[in-house]
Amino acid sequence: MLKWLLSAVLAAGLAGPALAQDGPLRLTITDGVIEPLPFAVPGFQAETAGAEQLAADITRLVAQDLANTGLFREIPASAFISTPASFGAPVAYADWRAINAQALIGGAVAVSGDQLVVKFRLYDVFAGTELGEGLQFAGTTQGWRRMAHKVADAAYSRITGEGGYFDSRVVFVSETGPKDARQKRLAIMDYDGANLQFLTDSSAIVLAPRFSPRGDRVLYTSYETGFPRINVLDVASVGKQQLATAEGEMAFSPRFSRDGNQVIYSLANGGNTDLYRTDLASGAHTRLTSAPSIETAPSFSPDGGRIVFESDRSGTQQLYIMSANGGDAQRISFGEGRYGTPVWSPRGDLIAFTKQNAGRFHIGVMRTDGSEERLLTASFLDEGPTWSPNGRVLMFARETQGAGGTSTLYSVDISGRNLAAVPVSGAGSDPSWGPLQP
Amino acid sequence: MTFTTKALLVLLTLSTAACTRPDRFGGGVNDTTGANAGAGAGVTAPTGAADPSSPQFFAQTIGDRVLFEVDSATLTAAGQATLDGQAGWLQTNADYLAIVEGHADEQGTREYNLALGARRANTVREYLISKGVPANRLRTISYGKERPIEVCSEESCYAKNRRAVTIISVGALS
Repeated sequence: MLKWLLSAVLAAGLAGPALAQDGPLRLTITDGVIEPLPFAVPGFQAETAGAEQLAADITRLVAQDLANTGLFREIPASAFISTPASFGAPVAYADWRAINAQALIGGAVAVSGDQLVVKFRLYDVFAGTELGEGLQFAGTTQGWRRMAHKVADAAYSRITGEGGYFDSRVVFVSETGPKDARQKRLAIMDYDGANLQFLTDSSAIVLAPRFSPRGDRVLYTSYETGFPRINVLDVASVGKQQLATAEGEMAFSPRFSRDGNQVIYSLANGGNTDLYRTDLASGAHTRLTSAPSIETAPSFSPDGGRIVFESDRSGTQQLYIMSANGGDAQRISFGEGRYGTPVWSPRGDLIAFTKQNAGRFHIGVMRTDGSEERLLTASFLDEGPTWSPNGRVLMFARETQGAGGTSTLYSVDISGRNLAAVPVSGAGSDPSWGPLQP
Repeated sequence: MTFTTKALLVLLTLSTAACTRPDRFGGGVNDTTGANAGAGAGVTAPTGAADPSSPQFFAQTIGDRVLFEVDSATLTAAGQATLDGQAGWLQTNADYLAIVEGHADEQGTREYNLALGARRANTVREYLISKGVPANRLRTISYGKERPIEVCSEESCYAKNRRAVTIISVGALS
């Protein structure tokens, strides 16, 4: 990362001052980003016969990933003055500057049997230089969407200086049927709704799946024994087993630690819900809270040292932070209304939550000390945020009102912009966004 | 076949506003045929809801559910009266076990509502124990907001969904 930054700075310096931008191409993601950065993606070159369709599909998906962030705006091909003769050919920067394309993405696709190779270069048009080195991804034609996402992640990352999130998956609860006979099953999909697969059938209620940090396992609550219990599901084999929790009438609301070795969850005993931690290797259980109030929805800090959770110990549902070993907890939510489902950002800087106030639900974020609360959404029922791998976007479920109410997955960025329904077929709830795939 | 018809007729006569939809899906404990078969061994009549020792009678005449205020697990006076009847019935019909299901309306987050439902179910269980029902005959479960019986998004529906339902069961509570 440092290497390309330095080379980009150096290149910009050599290119001289007659540029429309100051310094190298860089989009800093802040609340102030209002004007999307214009980019151009001429169709990726088909370098083998028969690669034309895949080249076109990959080009479209790269452009779509970037444009859907709301941070970038694609310049339509009809505006292009020239197109590259071949991948890696000298770039006619003047032609791209003339249409104000600040970033130019070049690519090529080669197919041999079921093998696919995708090459990619990113150009800083106004600096007149390549931004970072060329990249090449190899895989099977079946995995073409992942390769397009990887190209888009690389472009996003080079321009913003932050990690991408396009080559990632989401596990969630797929819903069918009316409100009073709803059928739920676990499903997994790409972040953009593609490649939907079901992980369980709908014979028992399943709730709130949570990805492991590496994306190889999923924790969820299941009623398959007749009572709520926590299951661990292996994503590759789709094999599942019940987690051996501490003793309790109901176990629910599980979440992995960032190293994937521990699980924190809620256990209800005698009507009282407290937090527990189970070490997966040793099977040892630790009770973290002992209060007559409700303690649930725990989430680890990225360093594993602390836990944010919700409790009604003050009389209403509020957010608290305590050591990962339990002990005293500090309340961090003080606004009007009730706060629940806190989730610690992978960057460590923010807590996302669900807020209920005056008959409306909101998804919001606040700093870990409770300051700078910002509500990003408002509706009849917004619930259960989950962070994108880079901590810049939240996905959540929005349920509509009334007898025909259904739940749909949405995403919004942490400045509250770019609210959009996730294009997954069918109703869904309880999303959990997995890591960037290797 | 004759039994089914008869039971349905009685059910239609007795149930007015009461919801006949099972709260549990596929769990088997709400299987009234099974429950009835267990209780009515060797008896030809009366059956179904007309039989004071039947789970149907419990559900429809005694009253199988109590309702709660918003975000509350405190029993109302009406709720206590219903539970007094439930306790009496459970003491008379000592062969039966019961599962108390706690439920919440949709105005709350999923995990919190599971915990709230557990609280409501336990309040009912504790009350029944205080009235003399042996603790080992009572088990609790929470469905949170997963199993509403009314589907509108208004207080008239929410009030009916904020409930604890006592489901009569036969066999061991494992």
